Amino acid sequence: MNGIVFDIRRYAVHDGPGIRTTVFLKGCPLRCFWCHNPESQTPSIGFINKRRTLDGSEEWLATPVGREMTTDEVMKEIVRDRLYYEESKGGVTFSGGEPLMQHRFLLELLQLCHEEGIHTAVDTSGYANPEVFTRIAEATDLLLFDIKTIDEQCHYETTGQSNQIILNNLSSLDVPNMELIIRIPLIPGINDGINSLTDTIQFLKTIRQPVRRVDFLPFHRLGQHKYEALGLSPSPKLPDPHSIANTPEALALFSAAGFRVKEGG
Amino acid sequence: MITTRVNKLRSQSLNAINTISAERALLVTRFHQSDEAREVSAPVRRGRCLMYLLNNKAICINPGELIVGERGPAPKATSTYPEVTLHSLDDLDVLHNRAKVSFKSDETVREAYRDFIIPFWQGKTHRDKMMANMTSEWRAAYDAGIFTEFQEQRAPGHTVLGKKMWNKGMLDILIDIEHSRFKLDFYNDPLAYEKQEELAGMELAAKALIRYSERHAEELEKLAQIENDEKRKEEIKHLAEICRRVPAHKPETLQEALQHYWFIHLGVITELNPWDSFNPGRLDQHLLPFYQQDMESGRLTKEEARELLHCFWIKFNNHPAPPKIGVTALESNTYTDFSLINLGGVKEDGSDAVNEMTYLLLEVIQEMRLLQPSSMVQVSKKNPDRVIHKTLDIIRTGFGQPSIFNTDAIVQELMRQGKTPEDARNGGASGCVESGAFGTEAYILTGYFNLTKILELTLHNGFDPRTEVQVGILTGDATQFTTFDQLMDAFGKQVHHFVDIKIRGNNVIEKLFAQNLPVPFLSLLIDDCIINGKDYNNGGARYNSSYIQGVGLGSLTDSLTSIKEHVYDRKTISMRGMIHALDNNFKDYEELRKELVFNTPKWGNDDDAADIHAVRIFNLFFNAVDGRPSPRGATYRINMLPTTCHIYFGQVTGATPDGRLSGIPLSEGISPVQGADHCGPTAVLKSAAKIDHIKTGGTLLNQKFTPSFFDDSESYSKLTALIRSYFRMDGHHIQFNVINADTLRDAQKNPEKYRDLIVRVAGYSDYFNDLGEDLQDEIIRRTEHSGC
Repeated sequence: MNGIVFDIRRYAVHDGPGIRTTVFLKGCPLRCFWCHNPESQTPSIGFINKRRTLDGSEEWLATPVGREMTTDEVMKEIVRDRLYYEESKGGVTFSGGEPLMQHRFLLELLQLCHEEGIHTAVDTSGYANPEVFTRIAEATDLLLFDIKTIDEQCHYETTGQSNQIILNNLSSLDVPNMELIIRIPLIPGINDGINSLTDTIQFLKTIRQPVRRVDFLPFHRLGQHKYEALGLSPSPKLPDPHSIANTPEALALFSAAGFRVKEGG
Repeated sequence: MITTRVNKLRSQSLNAINTISAERALLVTRFHQSDEAREVSAPVRRGRCLMYLLNNKAICINPGELIVGERGPAPKATSTYPEVTLHSLDDLDVLHNRAKVSFKSDETVREAYRDFIIPFWQGKTHRDKMMANMTSEWRAAYDAGIFTEFQEQRAPGHTVLGKKMWNKGMLDILIDIEHSRFKLDFYNDPLAYEKQEELAGMELAAKALIRYSERHAEELEKLAQIENDEKRKEEIKHLAEICRRVPAHKPETLQEALQHYWFIHLGVITELNPWDSFNPGRLDQHLLPFYQQDMESGRLTKEEARELLHCFWIKFNNHPAPPKIGVTALESNTYTDFSLINLGGVKEDGSDAVNEMTYLLLEVIQEMRLLQPSSMVQVSKKNPDRVIHKTLDIIRTGFGQPSIFNTDAIVQELMRQGKTPEDARNGGASGCVESGAFGTEAYILTGYFNLTKILELTLHNGFDPRTEVQVGILTGDATQFTTFDQLMDAFGKQVHHFVDIKIRGNNVIEKLFAQNLPVPFLSLLIDDCIINGKDYNNGGARYNSSYIQGVGLGSLTDSLTSIKEHVYDRKTISMRGMIHALDNNFKDYEELRKELVFNTPKWGNDDDAADIHAVRIFNLFFNAVDGRPSPRGATYRINMLPTTCHIYFGQVTGATPDGRLSGIPLSEGISPVQGADHCGPTAVLKSAAKIDHIKTGGTLLNQKFTPSFFDDSESYSKLTALIRSYFRMDGHHIQFNVINADTLRDAQKNPEKYRDLIVRVAGYSDYFNDLGEDLQDEIIRRTEHSGC
């Protein structure tokens, strides 16, 4: 089976336990204005202007983003670092974009990884058809589930979609032997306030699946130069470059509520 | 905790100016003018010479010191060795005035050189004799930059102390000499007389060191009488007692052990200037029993032990590498004298050797942050992760030390060469990354070998475009080769040709040292020189190896990949076109060059399209060198390390098919070409492990990380797993440079702000400020593997 992969990164050390290879699948239903990987949003192969320098001279080249790959081709890349996964108790992480947008491709990859004895993680926004979501959750060892905000209006305004599907998927999650880690991107002025954080805590207390840990990913502007390369302009809503998300308070609140917490992924 | 005393000694060492001292050269000259030097065998002459030196050189005792003795009359006053190589007045000027790694000399030094040293030694040095003995084809290859010669300006070295001397004094050694002498068989052994002479030289050398320590004791006793501070007076008296005991007797306490070693160290580096000074080897193993005894008897607290170790560390830093003459300074331009302290690893019986002294010494390394000594940690599969984590604690501070070695690979390498498991396990790595059986092996590095340059010659049918000399053999017009294998055949013939030339030269140089410059003192230390009655420089050691160090694996691999891809497979360009582009340094071939740089598989990305060429070159070089005999009974071996020679070799190598411009540094060690790896460290290590490290005596792999990789305990675990994985694949060595490029750029612009910035160069660390601009640029360029 074929899918569109936009990057494969080895020695990915912030996408789950141990040394991992992260496979980025292209396409995302959300349009988070802070997105660090805007080139991953469209499902088809696109182009990005990339700078290439040689001895001080520079040129800009239209470089394809994404390529069509078979599951076998992806697996060939994944198994390259098997030794490192074994030594570090790592594995492979499927991220995006939203990997569930290519769920058939993803499911086959998850199955192939398990045949190879390789630990898998799926990094998802949770925005997916409930049946698809359940099937993927049942097929992976670890789910990295992103929550932006519980506030539906705010979610709509910042990502372009309602969060109903996302929260329903999380609520109905009940898979034995699968680990769940919640990941919260902390955007200054959007979701790092005490109310927003408390709402998230309340919600997480209602879900059935045990939460192994909550990771906070403080916002940074590093990905923003990519918008220009794509011929887009960064969102005017972006926080001031000097504003810092209220990570210490978030860590303290969640910790007090009984969650294991971590800064960074 | 660093005491006030140590702080003072440390800053004295840091601030001491590197100078040339004429003392040793004058004493050696005077000795050679005397009757003592005439009409005696070489070992006896050298023994007497050492005796004369140690009897007459100034005794230097610095205020507050707990370990005493200096090679020169003061810290960083650096001896010269005119019997090996003679500095001209111009050389002294160059050393005095050069911006980096300078050595100051005053009018008295210049006068001594002008009036006494130069007139006596002109035309009579080892280097003069050596050069006169080299063939014209050796000289042509040397001038073209195909290889360098280690023994041109420094004596054979790469030698490390084993267990023996930590349990013996010079008086015990004298008994060993007597035993050996007793066994001489003048009826049946045609070499009995030579052995008798060698043993006589050894006896003189052992007695010379005892006398030298007594002179320290006498000086200390005098100092004690005039010392007003009561506490220091006691210390000095105690030091005098120690100098009366060691090195004549075996050491009994930690302080005695350190002082004992230090006298031995000074003996080795005063006798001659072996490449890689000298090295105490497995220091945590050797010092542990003394430390434990002192602690048990209540003689010493941990903090007092720490202070002693600090003082010991500072001693190394007071001793810069003796400066070279002429252009060869470019090959290895550093104050570092490569005394590489080994920690960790396995014991003789193969069990985990990490102990409390390992951890204490790691703290000492971190607290001292000195250029010298260098340090490394051996990691065996039997060692705990904790020792790696403690090592990463130091590495993360951007100090460039310690480097990390694979004990299990080293043991396999040494055993492949025929060492017993015990001798192999007592070994480790010295210098940059060189494997050796400590205390039982003479493993001599003979010179760097420019593999990339040989491809350039092959493409020109043996002709060197730079010196415009037909340096190589005629292997055919490369434009007529119809297959890639034809090119590889021609390349292989050229490699064999130059290895032959190099080995022929080595074998002559080896003889010159054996005949004219034996080292009876060093021979006392390395088994089985005394038993064999044979000098270290003449094959007296239990194991003897000679190494040739391959340089430019990455550049050569990428060049061959380019030719295979573009000339033979994709036919982007003809061989004639490629050679024309190279001859014109890619002028008017901009598009081709971009194809070569950006659109061609590269070494270091776990891509077999490139990596198979590295394996092929490695095997070719191995087969050309490994197993060949040398006159002293040694066997030739290869290792893959450049020190800083990849810069010099780059300067003499024209543009290469990987898109590298003429004069740019070659890749270093087995690392990828700077900036060519783009798949992260797991891919680099997998590529690197495709060559068979076990068939070498050491490989060097550099990985630069930004501090972000050392954030928390989880990243430590991941780095540990990275190291363990590489070692599971038999990787020999890995070193981490933790720094970000902006810091380095700032350091380049504002050197005054970064006087203590030490970076890992290639198998060793150096002050960033002391590096040439080209080397600084290279370190900045090396790929930064940033987090995902």
